[in-house]
This record gives sequence, structure tokens and C-alpha cells, in this order.
Amino acid sequence: MSKFDDTSITARRFMQELRRYQKGSVSRRHFLGVTGLGLATAVLGSALPGLKPRSAQAAGNLGDTLNFTTWPNYFAQEDLDSFTKTTGVNINVSVFGSNEEMLAKLQAGGTGWDVFVPTNYTISTYKQLDIIEPLELAKLPAFDPSTHDPRFIGAGTVDGTIYAVPKDWGTTGYVVNTDKVKGDMTTWKQFWDRARGDLTDRVMVHDYQLTVIGNALKYFGYSFNSIDPKELAEAEKLLLDVKPHLFGINSDYQPSMRNGDAWVSMCWTGDAYQLHRDIPAMHYVIGTEGGEIWTDFYAIPKTAPHREAAYAFVNHMLTPEVNSKEVQAIGYPSTDAKTNALLPKKLLDDPILYPAKELLTNLEFGAAATLTNPARAELMNRFKSA
Amino acid sequence: MTIAAASSRRTTTALLVGPAALFFLLLLILPLIVVVIYSFGERGPAGGYAPAFTFANYADLPSRGKAFLNTLTLAPLGTLLCVVIAYPLAYFLALKVSDRWRTLLLVLVIVPFWTSQLLRIYAWLLILGHKGIPSLLALIGFGEVRLVNTPFAVLVGMVYGYLPLMVFPIYVSLEKLDRRLIEASADLGANPWRTLWQVTLPLSLPGVATGSLLVLILLMGEFIIPAFLGGGKVFFIGNALVDLFLQSRNWPLGAAVSLGLVGIMLVTIVIYMRFVIGRGSERRMALM
Repeated sequence: MSKFDDTSITARRFMQELRRYQKGSVSRRHFLGVTGLGLATAVLGSALPGLKPRSAQAAGNLGDTLNFTTWPNYFAQEDLDSFTKTTGVNINVSVFGSNEEMLAKLQAGGTGWDVFVPTNYTISTYKQLDIIEPLELAKLPAFDPSTHDPRFIGAGTVDGTIYAVPKDWGTTGYVVNTDKVKGDMTTWKQFWDRARGDLTDRVMVHDYQLTVIGNALKYFGYSFNSIDPKELAEAEKLLLDVKPHLFGINSDYQPSMRNGDAWVSMCWTGDAYQLHRDIPAMHYVIGTEGGEIWTDFYAIPKTAPHREAAYAFVNHMLTPEVNSKEVQAIGYPSTDAKTNALLPKKLLDDPILYPAKELLTNLEFGAAATLTNPARAELMNRFKSA
Repeated sequence: MTIAAASSRRTTTALLVGPAALFFLLLLILPLIVVVIYSFGERGPAGGYAPAFTFANYADLPSRGKAFLNTLTLAPLGTLLCVVIAYPLAYFLALKVSDRWRTLLLVLVIVPFWTSQLLRIYAWLLILGHKGIPSLLALIGFGEVRLVNTPFAVLVGMVYGYLPLMVFPIYVSLEKLDRRLIEASADLGANPWRTLWQVTLPLSLPGVATGSLLVLILLMGEFIIPAFLGGGKVFFIGNALVDLFLQSRNWPLGAAVSLGLVGIMLVTIVIYMRFVIGRGSERRMALM
């Protein structure tokens, strides 16, 4: 567990470790090691730099740290470990709940992030604000645009220049614990109506304007991306009406779904895959009215303190052998045909990862305007403070 | 006194006060001025701040009314509960425990501070969650009880998290208390309750006041506990600020909301000082 020993644990890291421990993916000893004992070692380590472990193969020019910013339950520790093992670069992970939160941090500056995973609809704004750098593809040999499904990777290119390379794609639907929830659940209308009806105190929504407002708009059959004041007003009315009946507002809904506090939650592909894998009663629903389809990308902020390590890391993650492990561990489908070729057939047929065509046709990619639209931002804020 | 001596004394004073004054200027006054300026501005096109002069942000404060209400009810309630729980504990530690055990017990009060606050709150999430206390309650015949994401859970978290900050000031004021006054009170025929009510309690009020102020101010700015144990349903001003700055990126409204909180705190503190500390010292004067 050498990679843990050199830095003090951050709050977010701690939460991840705790979750891994709860899920049983790490031992108790590991958990105690990285939380309590890791901290003690960090104090010793910073007092005596000579104690810091260094990998034998540490490649000089990459440095020894990489700050990776991502979503909850969104990476396989194994794939980060293999990067650390081959390069000697230790990875600090921080976890965020929404693209808006990432944008806010980057706008404020001084993040120290090297790599982050923005969603399709944010890239053009990041480029406009001059926050992310155009990628030097020569440093990313594992990325071959021709093997990626063009439907998913377009948003990474702004004005003919590639600013971001795809991590994976997915959908936004909701997960239902069918042990507890009976009856038909196929639409967003049912989601919102039952949330304020028989499922009072049992439903969770994301802490994320795009999906919360977008899926409330779907209740009325409007576009997921609407910024029309009249349509937003209707969505707000619905949201404020449902708010007192919700169990919670949180983009990290797995813990509450797993321990039985919540029975239904707005949900992304991979979380549904992970929940269903561990608890078969968890079913994933894509609202028949539509909703969101998306691609997440790797991007490098202009201010990245460890640029070379960032490129090396993105390249590592896009290597089909690594990427296919990542897909199997976290359950988000890849956009890369070479990665898919390495996946077991069972996964490629999985209806959570690859929903039926007729469900996909109604889905929309998030639109850039929703990211910076003040009306949506304010609406979400009012919904939360209501 | 010669002119030279007076001026050298002035230099000394300036040198002594200088560092603290600079500290306050750079780290308190200047940032506060920035916040005031921002609060009259407008939201930038991609969020953030754009220069303007408008009172719109202050006019919009009522839209965060629920958050103000939650903060202004739960923070004082949490403080009150802290006093009620901390006082007997501090009394016990200061007046009843033998010297041998006192140090150990005091250390035990601080020990929870050695672990991350997040860890301790997360533990409460598990304790109050479906598989925790509610499942035990179900065993003894209660139906579905939901504790997390309620004001109750937030209150539990706040009292738990801030109790030591209340125990210590009260302990210190009780520990310094002149025991002869208690004996005198007994000699004059007061029963133990009356002694507690008329001697011990008034004399320890400064400790209670310090602890309450400390806890109240911190609770009013709290956002982690309501975020975790309130699950986005028990929203504090702290949470509204985090959202305004880190999600909707409306810095001017955020600045106005934070100044609103500062204003409310100032008023609360002034009233509080007047009542509690003022009365406490009067009593002490009367006793002396």
C-alpha cells in the first residue's frame, strides 16, 4: 500500500476509502491503514522526507504526484494503482457531485488539478474561458479517434481542435429497489408523481442542476435542455412541490440505496450497474419520455502543475487493456471499439450499459447553454434552499 | 516627560500594535470590503462577479428565508442542548472527580477531536441510518422510523460535534470557583439546590457565556453537518453559500447572503453579551 503513505488523507479520499471498505472491496486493515495510520505516517514522512517511499521505476520527468478530479464511484482503484506502479506517480483523487461545482472551482483558480472528467456539454465553455488546454495527441498514442464512436466524441473537439478525449458514455435514468417498490416504474412522470405520493421519504435526486431540472422538464414532455422561462417555471413548481417528500438531494446515492434508506434514486449507468451487480433487486429505468445521454471526457486544465504526468495518466487510462478493466469494474460503456473488443460478451449485452434502441432515441445530450444559464442555476439553488 | 521620550513611547506602541493591526487589515477588513463591493454587483455571464451597483441581491435575500430560518432555529437550539448536557459534565469534572481521574477524563473529552470531523459525522450517518437505530426501534415494535435527513439528525450531529467546546469553558470557570463560597452558602443554611442556583451557577455564567458564544457562532456557519445528516433537506445558510459560490456561481448574491449572516450574528452577539455577561458580572459584584 505504498501509494497511500506519502500524503495525508483528504476528506474526499477518506470517504472513498470508507465506501470501499463498506462495499467490502478492501479489508479492514487496509481501511485503518489509509485513514488512521496513513495519517501518522504522513506526519512522520513530511518531517523526514527521506522516509517517503519512492518507486524503483520512478520516471524522473513525471514527478511523483498527480491530482485527479472525478465523480463518485467512477474509477477502479486497480487501474490507478497500476499507473502508480509503472510510473511511481502517486494519485490524489478528489470527488465532485456536478459539473457546475467543477467549473466553479476552476473559475476560482488555484485548484492544482492535473486531470478532470468534464461532461460533453461543458467543454466548449471551458475552452471559451481558456481553462483547458488543447491536447497534444502525440502524447496520447492510446487515443485513436478512428476507433471511437463519432456520436460520442464530437463534444471534445472545439473549432477543429481536440480539447478532451472520451472516458466513457452513459445515460441518466433512475434505479428502483424492486424488493420495496411495486408497480410499474417506466416513466419520469411516475418517478415524480410517486416521489410525492406513495414513495414519500424514499426517493433521492442528484445534487446537479442538469439532471434534476432536465428530468423535471421531461415530466411535462419538454426538452431536457430547455431554458425557456415558462417551461422552467413549471419545472420549478413541480420540484418545489416534490421537495418536502424527497429522502435527500445527493449525487452520491449508492450508500443510501444500499442500506435501505432510499428505494428510488436518480441514477447514472455505472451506479445502476454496480448496484444491480451487488443487489439484483435494483433495477435501472430510463424514462420513456427521454432524458440524458452523455459522454465524459478527460481534460487537462491549463494550470495543471503536473502536465506530463497528466498526459501519461490519460494515455494509461485509454489503453484498451486498462480501459476494459475500468469498464468492467465501474460499469460505464466505452466509446472505443478496441476496448469493447476486450470485453466479455455478457457485458456488451447488458441492458443497463446498452439500453434498447427505442429508449435511446428519446435521449438528449446536455446543451452548453444549460451550464451557464443563470435561470437554471438559480432554480436549482432555490429548490435546494426551499 | 520629554518630547523624545513621548515619541519613543509612541513608536513602541506602534511596533507592538502594528502586527495585529496589519493582520486585521489584510485578513479581515480588506476581504470584508471586497465582499461588500461584490454584494452590490451582478452575476457574470458565465457566473462569478460583474461590476454593477444594484440592491437586487439584498432584495433577493428572502428567497433564502428557509435557510436563514433553519440556521436561526437549529443553531441556538443546538447551543442550548450543548449547555444542558455540558454543564452537569463540567460540574462533575470540576467539583466531584478526584484529582487522580480528572486529567484522564478531561483527555477523554478531547479524544474525539483527534479524528476527522467527517469521519465522526459519517459514523452518525450509519448510526441513524436505516440499519442503525431505526432497525433497533423496529425490533421493539416501532414502525418505520426515519432519522437521517431530518432536523433531529442535524441537531444530534451538532451537539455531538461541539460539546467539548462547551465543556471546557464551563469547566474552567467552575474549577476556579472559590470553594469557600459553597461552604459558606451551606453554613448559612442553603440546601445544595439553592447553593447551585444562587452561588455556583451565577459564578460560572462567564464560562457558560463564553462556551455558548463559541458554539453558537460556529454552528451558525456550519455546513458539513447539515449537508451530511440533513441530506440536502435541512439547509443552513452555510449550505446556501456553498451552493451560491460553488454551484450556481452567483457571487454577488452569495456576498449579500453572507453579509446578511454577519449582520444577524453581530446583533445576536451584542444582545447576548448584554444579557448574559452583563448579568453575570453584576451578580459577581453583588457577591463580592
